[in-house]
Amino acid sequence: MATETAIENNAAIGEINKYDFRTESKAFFKARKGIDAEIVAQISEMKGEPDWMRDFRLKSLDVFFSKPMPKWGGGIDLDFQDIYYYLKPSEGKGKTWDDVPQEIKDTFDKLGIPEAERKFLAGVKAQFESEVVYGSLKEDLAAKGVIFLDTDSAVREHPELVREYFGKIIPPHDNKFAALNSAVWSGGSFIYIPPGVKIEFPLQAYFRINAENMGQFERTLIIVDEGAEVHYVEGCTAPMYSSESLHSAVVEVVCKRGSRCRYTTIQNWANNIYNLVTKRAMAYADATMEWVDGNLGSKLTMKYPAVYMMEPGARGEILSIAFSSHGQHQDAGAKLVHAAPNTTGQIISKSISKNGGRSSYRGLVRVEKGAKNSKCNVVCDALILDPHSRSDTYPYIEIMEQDVSVGHEASVSRIGEEQLFYLMSRGLSEAEASTMIVNGFIEPLVKELPMEYAVEMNRLIQLQMEGSVG
Amino acid sequence: MSHVLRIENLRVSVDGKPILRGVNLEMKHGETHALMGPNGSGKSTLGLVIAGHPGYEVTDGSIFLDDEDVLEMEADGRARAGIFMAFQRPASVPGVKMADFLRHATTNVRRPDRKEGEELIPMREFRQELKAKMEQLKMDPEFARRYVNDGFSGGEMKRAEILQLAMLQPKFAILDETDSGLDADAVRLASASIAEIGREKMGLLIITHHDKLLEHNPPQFTHVMLGGRIVETGGPELAHELYSQGYDRIRAAYPEADRANQEMLSDEAAEFALG
Ligand SMILES: Nc1ncnc2c1ncn2[C@@H]1O[C@H](COP(=O)(O)OP(=O)(O)OP(=O)(O)O)[C@@H](O)[C@H]1O
Ligand SMILES: [Mg+2]
Repeated sequence: MATETAIENNAAIGEINKYDFRTESKAFFKARKGIDAEIVAQISEMKGEPDWMRDFRLKSLDVFFSKPMPKWGGGIDLDFQDIYYYLKPSEGKGKTWDDVPQEIKDTFDKLGIPEAERKFLAGVKAQFESEVVYGSLKEDLAAKGVIFLDTDSAVREHPELVREYFGKIIPPHDNKFAALNSAVWSGGSFIYIPPGVKIEFPLQAYFRINAENMGQFERTLIIVDEGAEVHYVEGCTAPMYSSESLHSAVVEVVCKRGSRCRYTTIQNWANNIYNLVTKRAMAYADATMEWVDGNLGSKLTMKYPAVYMMEPGARGEILSIAFSSHGQHQDAGAKLVHAAPNTTGQIISKSISKNGGRSSYRGLVRVEKGAKNSKCNVVCDALILDPHSRSDTYPYIEIMEQDVSVGHEASVSRIGEEQLFYLMSRGLSEAEASTMIVNGFIEPLVKELPMEYAVEMNRLIQLQMEGSVG
Repeated sequence: MSHVLRIENLRVSVDGKPILRGVNLEMKHGETHALMGPNGSGKSTLGLVIAGHPGYEVTDGSIFLDDEDVLEMEADGRARAGIFMAFQRPASVPGVKMADFLRHATTNVRRPDRKEGEELIPMREFRQELKAKMEQLKMDPEFARRYVNDGFSGGEMKRAEILQLAMLQPKFAILDETDSGLDADAVRLASASIAEIGREKMGLLIITHHDKLLEHNPPQFTHVMLGGRIVETGGPELAHELYSQGYDRIRAAYPEADRANQEMLSDEAAEFALG
């Protein structure tokens, strides 16, 4: 069975779980290219998973093969047999910052947020290549009964809890890429917040892909128990590659009665990456779920964070920013499903297109029969920086109940000559002025981000804007 | 400091339609000039062209600041060279905080050679200065956190323009109806602030229909614009004549310019009716 498996560094499989950092992040175990039942079973075996998880993966694989490609969004030109689906980097988990090898620290530095990294070190989960290599849990969190682990460890250490929810919010047959992730997933975060526990600071994770042609399929599951609160932040940057690369994550969130969860993502993918992510939350009575989602870079992003409001009083809020430049297509949006009375939803979407980039807003609002007195408001604004760029809006609205209020506003604007002149007449260069106008355009979302992410976001926009005027 | 702003035979069109028809004006640093004239005569256009608005086509003539050819510069270059205009209708920039905008602007104007991405003036230093200037203008400190001209009342907008004048300390400033839309107290405050900030420290070109601003800033020269030309230049007494008696004498004395002015206005009316 292992005949085609590349085992590098002469490390034996049995050593995988030891605390043993290597100084180079040379891939340690790399499944061969392509996808089939053998590879999927191998991944499961490498991880030492229980049978139920292996079966889940194999069933998901069948679903993946049977599902057509999504009919919406952008063109996907991928050879599924030309991708690596599993790669394990240097083994082990770091407990303290000192245990983390310099090379990995350097990578964090390159991600540009070393301060945040250090500040919240205790709560950090970082996905390095396919596996979480660094993770340590702040002691007071542990004392409160909070579980913050990479999902692989969670399967081993909290199998009942994981099994109860895993794949229940987003079943494998939801879409082809959810099925693919379910079959080959690796890494991601598992978070459980016990009833009534409120986490004051954001829990953070940084992701990065760094092996050519390697897909990254992290799997995140967050359970916020009754009356609990948490803010989870993930930021991703990726270096450039010469060939296609696939990132396809699944994020499931459960917000129980009266709880609150905010999930913030800033992603800046290299221009050759397909970023096809499924994110969904179930919000129960009086719970609030908020997705804050910033998408930059990538060849194609298809991502529509969803909130299903399952019980009365649930709230769902989605804020999304998309920035597309040359050769990039952001097909981003949101889904709100009102499945109970007195539920409240809001979508605010802002997109910026420049240099021939294309941004689409694709959003669904569904109010089910019986979801009386529900309110939903959608605002999407697009800013187009030049005549080569494009912006589209695809709102899908399905309302099965009379007694509701649903609003939808959309605007498309071009960067205004008067604004540009005004700023320039005060000494700002054209590039500085346009960057400032763009940053102003997304400010309503950026101010929702934790400080260091807001700074990072503005810096990313500045990088994207560089050389855009001339 | 004896800077000179010199405008010679300036002709300007929009979409092939002439608006300025040969403007001559010379201003020295430290002088105050009033620019008056009926609606639609071209006063704002002159200011906007000096400031570098890209929507106007200069068909003839020149603008020089000392020996620098102003028409060769983009708007930002002109600001860095020391030209400032307080706008009659400033643009709003939602999402951009006054303080951030002003810190960038102030840095660039004080360090005209600054490259993009280089350091801005230190936050503390800038904040202190901004705070002092805002106190001087009796502005609520909260104002610095608001978005540039976004949802500002008419009066707030004008005060924000004066604040920028105070921060940027240009060599030459054009104030385009900075006294309009203000209540009586605000006009007095604005006029006194401008006198304090600018009088004798800059060359001031004050465009106004009222007297208060000129009372605090008595002009050495008054220019009357009609039909896109400066038809008469006099002393402070001319300004006084115009806001007390109107433009009948001027129109009668310069019938050709008056006709041009009427035409521009009726074009405007026709376009408005069509739009
Ligand atoms: N961008 C433009 N496009 C078209 N017409 C313009 C433009 N700018 C100015 N004009 C026209 O040029 C003429 C002069 O306008 P300007 O605003 O300079 O007058 P003004 O003297 O400042 O008048 P007011 O006292 O009413 O402010 C007007 O007829 C105006 O409609
Ligand atoms: Mg005017």
